[in-house]
Amino acid sequence: MAENSKKSEAVDATPNVSEVEVSDASTTAEVEAVLDAPVERGEPILQVRNLVKHFPLTQGILFKKQVGAVKAVDGVSFDLYQGETLGIVGESGCGKSTVAKLLMTLETATSGEVFYKGQDITKLSGRALKAVRRNIQMVFQDPYTSLNPRMTVGDIIGEPFEIHPEVAPKGDRRKRVQELLDVVGLNPEYINRYPHQFSGGQRQRIGIARGLALNPEIIICDEPVSALDVSVQAQVVNLMEKLQDEFNLSYVFIAHDLSIVRHISDRVGVMYLGKMAEIGTDSEIYDHPTHPYTQALLSAVPVPDPDAREGRERIILTGDVPSPANPPSGCRFRTRCWKAEDKCAQEVPLLAVPEVFAGKKTPAAHESACHFAEEKQVVGAA
Amino acid sequence: MPEKTSPEAGRSTVAAAVVGAAELTEATIKTQGQNKPRSLGQDAWRELRGSWLFWASGVLLVIFIVMAAFPTLFTDVDPRQADLRGHYLAPPNWSHFFQGDWFGYNGQGQSVYARTVHGARASIIVGVCVTIAVTVFGGLVGMLAGYFGGWVDGLLSRITDIFFGIPLLLGGLTLLQAFTHRTVWTVTLGLATFGWMQIARVMRGAVITQKQADFVTAARALGAGTGRILFRHILPNVLGPVIVVATIALGGYISTEATLSYLGIGLQDPVVSWGVDISAAQSQLRDAPHVLLVPATFLSLTVLAFILLGDAVRDALDPKLR
Repeated sequence: MAENSKKSEAVDATPNVSEVEVSDASTTAEVEAVLDAPVERGEPILQVRNLVKHFPLTQGILFKKQVGAVKAVDGVSFDLYQGETLGIVGESGCGKSTVAKLLMTLETATSGEVFYKGQDITKLSGRALKAVRRNIQMVFQDPYTSLNPRMTVGDIIGEPFEIHPEVAPKGDRRKRVQELLDVVGLNPEYINRYPHQFSGGQRQRIGIARGLALNPEIIICDEPVSALDVSVQAQVVNLMEKLQDEFNLSYVFIAHDLSIVRHISDRVGVMYLGKMAEIGTDSEIYDHPTHPYTQALLSAVPVPDPDAREGRERIILTGDVPSPANPPSGCRFRTRCWKAEDKCAQEVPLLAVPEVFAGKKTPAAHESACHFAEEKQVVGAA
Repeated sequence: MPEKTSPEAGRSTVAAAVVGAAELTEATIKTQGQNKPRSLGQDAWRELRGSWLFWASGVLLVIFIVMAAFPTLFTDVDPRQADLRGHYLAPPNWSHFFQGDWFGYNGQGQSVYARTVHGARASIIVGVCVTIAVTVFGGLVGMLAGYFGGWVDGLLSRITDIFFGIPLLLGGLTLLQAFTHRTVWTVTLGLATFGWMQIARVMRGAVITQKQADFVTAARALGAGTGRILFRHILPNVLGPVIVVATIALGGYISTEATLSYLGIGLQDPVVSWGVDISAAQSQLRDAPHVLLVPATFLSLTVLAFILLGDAVRDALDPKLR
């Protein structure tokens, strides 16, 4: 991992639309050519700009009238670099999974762009979209519902080859499926078994094998381990790390378990109520958080060492997460923030390196969407 | 393993242990044998072989279907041959197996046994054909409504509701009225026209549940088209409830055909059918109950056999129940 180059980029480059090299490939063939182009390690492979997803709230039975919108994702921007793991954390309902669906173009974005190798994929359709799907794959949260119970493991992992026949010739597919099973640590002889004959961890391995089948460059992992036992979580996360090295993958790793995210991620983004609150490398976020929400989240992480636990400060937030249909003005977090002032209700804080730290060479100088960003040591020995 | 409290208990435990060990080795062999490919169909067949419901209903159905296909295997008596003077309402002669007078004679002096054997064909053809037509049409309507939702669902569901408002019997009665010459095919058409709604509704509900499943999202994420998602992912998972509804309905269609014939609007003489016979026998129920009871029993057994088979097949096709 090109740690230095990444950090400097995070410091002096506030991503905005103008910086993205937009390729104006219009025909399918051109799009496909763009998608086949290799990306250097450490270069941005996925650039998300002001991504917005509003789910309309309608009223009326026959004539539906829009009365509002659930602002599930409301202006999220981040970069994913080739070969890295970007963790996205946040509590339930903050829009993590919607971001995953938008990146997969399983949902249509209300506005904003997702640039994959400079090509906006939110507006693609047909063959071009299919080509993108070959390169961006997903691992699902629940291994019990994400595998078709009526299909054998061989059919499930082999399906990507049927949809994209150009990836593997017909006679070769069974062998490829067995190789994939071997890669994810399952017995290749299980090819004719059904998903219900496997444990949760084994099923998740099958899901990962399906995601790997098309040799994608990016894998979006939507809480891939949160449905598993803790011991099995470790196995699956280690497997994913091994596969990342082996196949040169970039991960977007969505989770709500902060320790797992720290373990696997190179960089971490913290989401709150549809917006990115803070983003930086794992040590920047975990050891030098500057956003009060991140600090509150981290102070809730269980610390295994009783002595360290004694000394640390717990930040207890009051109230509930506001409804995403009617979010607070200004800063989204102000209703629960102990630092909130009038400014927070009037001005939306931008996700940028806070002025206090601008130009300084401290780990605290990373992007944080807070008017009053300051460093605060919250995690003791952990 | 049977538990015995007799003095032989000790010995039987030893025997049981030996049997258990044998089973264990068999089980190990089986697990090793699992390495060789087995499809869902093969799995279902293994499951079915062990089910007594399947064998009972299967044997009954094979008998009825052979009866429908080759009635002359069972009797060489002509079902339309009437001998009023010799046989008018003659009582059954229970010991004359497979003879013309086994189940006695009806009010026309015709052999009840021969008529019942020959009547199977009409009932089974109508039942099976209506079920196939209804499953294909209703299934398609339900699948499209459930998968596409929105105005497609609105339109198709309202049409379904309108048809639901018409009772099967009344609708069939009204439609068949228009035909002066009625065969099994016109009756099939009449019943299918007014019988598809239940399957459509079951299908729609099941498809709506399944289309939100993660594995469908996963298929979409892979770039699968609508056809693949519908027929490869959703359809196999909704087939269970549809098969059950269809087989239970199959029995219902057979009895509705009998009802229509009974009401004089279904099949007509000279077509031999259980419904026609039951209808003709009603006036002589007190003098000669056998004329009504024999075709009625065959009718009930056929309906029962289809329902039991549906149950057994559903259990076998569902890997989750194993």
